[in-house]
Amino acid sequence: MKTLFTAAIAAAVCFGGIALAADLSGAGATFPAPVYAKWAEAYKTQTGNALNYQAIGSGGGVKQINAKTVDFGASDKPLTADVLAADGLQQFPTVVGGVVPVMNLPGIKPGEIRITGPILADIYRGIRTKWNDPVIASYNRGVKLPDMPITVVHRSDGSGTTFLFTSYLSLQAPHWKSGPGASDSVNWPVGIGGKGNDGVAAFVKQTPGAIGYVEYAYAKQNHMTYALMQNKAKRWVAPDAGAFAAAAAGAKWSAAPGFYLLLLDQPGANAWPITGATFILMHSRQENAQTGHDVLAFFDWAYKNGNPAAEALDYVPLPDPVKSLVRASWKKIVGADGKPVWH
Amino acid sequence: MPPSTIGRTAAVGAHRRPTPRGSAFEPLFRAVCFSAATALLAALGGVLVSLAIGGWPAISRFGLGFITSVTWDPVQDVYGAAGPIVGTLITSALALLFALPIAAGVAFFLVELCPPILRRPIGTAVELLAGIPSIVYGMWGLFVFAPVFSKWVELPAMSAAPAGSTWQTLVQGIPNGSGILAASIILAVMILPFMAATLRELLMAVPAQVRESAYGLGATTGEVVMKVTLPYVRRGAIGAVMLGLGRALGETMAVTFIIGNAHGLPKGMFDAGSTIASTIANEFNEAGPLQSSALLALGLVLFVITFTVLALARLLLRDQARL
Repeated sequence: MKTLFTAAIAAAVCFGGIALAADLSGAGATFPAPVYAKWAEAYKTQTGNALNYQAIGSGGGVKQINAKTVDFGASDKPLTADVLAADGLQQFPTVVGGVVPVMNLPGIKPGEIRITGPILADIYRGIRTKWNDPVIASYNRGVKLPDMPITVVHRSDGSGTTFLFTSYLSLQAPHWKSGPGASDSVNWPVGIGGKGNDGVAAFVKQTPGAIGYVEYAYAKQNHMTYALMQNKAKRWVAPDAGAFAAAAAGAKWSAAPGFYLLLLDQPGANAWPITGATFILMHSRQENAQTGHDVLAFFDWAYKNGNPAAEALDYVPLPDPVKSLVRASWKKIVGADGKPVWH
Repeated sequence: MPPSTIGRTAAVGAHRRPTPRGSAFEPLFRAVCFSAATALLAALGGVLVSLAIGGWPAISRFGLGFITSVTWDPVQDVYGAAGPIVGTLITSALALLFALPIAAGVAFFLVELCPPILRRPIGTAVELLAGIPSIVYGMWGLFVFAPVFSKWVELPAMSAAPAGSTWQTLVQGIPNGSGILAASIILAVMILPFMAATLRELLMAVPAQVRESAYGLGATTGEVVMKVTLPYVRRGAIGAVMLGLGRALGETMAVTFIIGNAHGLPKGMFDAGSTIASTIANEFNEAGPLQSSALLALGLVLFVITFTVLALARLLLRDQARL
């Protein structure tokens, strides 16, 4: 009887402890928020452990994890290895997504028009202002391009999508790199700004001759006209899950300290040129080893069981070898005693 | 009669008032009211001070250039806010221009002309309109109003404009239903119910005998409104207008959706622009250190503009009370 009583107390203490430790909190990027929410919901049903994610934006995620107000931060814009080391952070990718140029061209179906990176940069710089521009036409023989002015649409709010897009333009055109540059928000030379992906999508739909850029899920769900893009292998590719996965698979993750990799213009034959992963940030040294362990347990669970949920929401899961690399990197996250929290 | 009562009667006889039963709570009541009022003042001061401290790095770096330059470049960390400041002033002024005649019409109708059976429903509808969240106006503006505005106003106006005329300069921009004019119209719809309700209250406060005397002298409804009741509430009406303007200056979400969000000075009525509030809403989440500071400094500028408007309104309302 006494033993039973002790066991009950022990169990109560133990479960109580777990329940306290399991209320995990994270904050940051809005782009992966739907999939994190979906994962958290399924994780709670399966394990009983709750995770609360606040989509406050990538910049906010970095600020919050540095202030230690959350157990993990999330950012679409990876931090460089130097910054990670200086702030005592570890970083790893979770899912991959793509940015897609979309347009409103009467008479042109999705995938009928072809665009290269340098042309995209020229359009966003205001250098090419007509759809029937000879250089655009030279890549689109047989397509009847309208004699219409190009209206440029960009994001008005700072976002990881803009960061990826402008980084790609900087990569493709020296005049963009030395001009507006690459950031969450830049000094746009031309065009109008829509708030969020839906704002950009709405402006593009309402403006004949408009071009914009949105996350893949928006382009797909709104059946928008997208362009085929030329990738590094000089092949024309359509934006779809396979093309994003090809970009993620072809990338040299093992050679990227802190997984700092933008997946732009990757070498794979089928790789979509404007692809990017979204990242999780954690402190290398966890004050509470149990919390650190629980966060990693969640992402381990998501790597194992989360692919269908991610795919249903039009995200691309990481290739398995990359997941193994990430798990190996978790050894660097240690508790107060210096021992890895994940084993 | 018990002895204590006799004692109290004697005191009254000596011209001493009895202590009221609730007197024990009086100091407490005063303290609560006083601290509520001072806490509000302290909060206001706190906001002003923290905006000034937060914005100081940007203000000290760019000086006067912060409000005169139009370059807003987060990559180079150069911030000049002339575009958003001008955008704020233009959209608010235009919104006022559009909303004021309609608000006045609504108020006159409700007070002077409306059949009693319609007065309550229309009055309630106006108040309900004031309660619609601004993001709803924004979504409506972007998805419903903008396509209609583009098709029936912007495109005809642009194609009708003679080449090289002032008219053409005024209507340049992208005819997709967004821009300065579209944002001003949405703002007008938003401040209209607020101003209409305040004007109605003011007109109803006009003493009945003033209005009745005018009617008695044979004045028409139009003459009563123009020559009697409107002059009677003139200063108060200006105050109501200023309050509407104050709201238009600070409106954020609806404007962000529809204004087109381009930094720099708008070239025409259909061109994209930005306001102080929309710029802050767009960029605060992902702002770097100096950019955050520039946004806080923008907040300070808006605070000063709004404060000036409200102080003017207060001044005019005080004069009204003296009448």
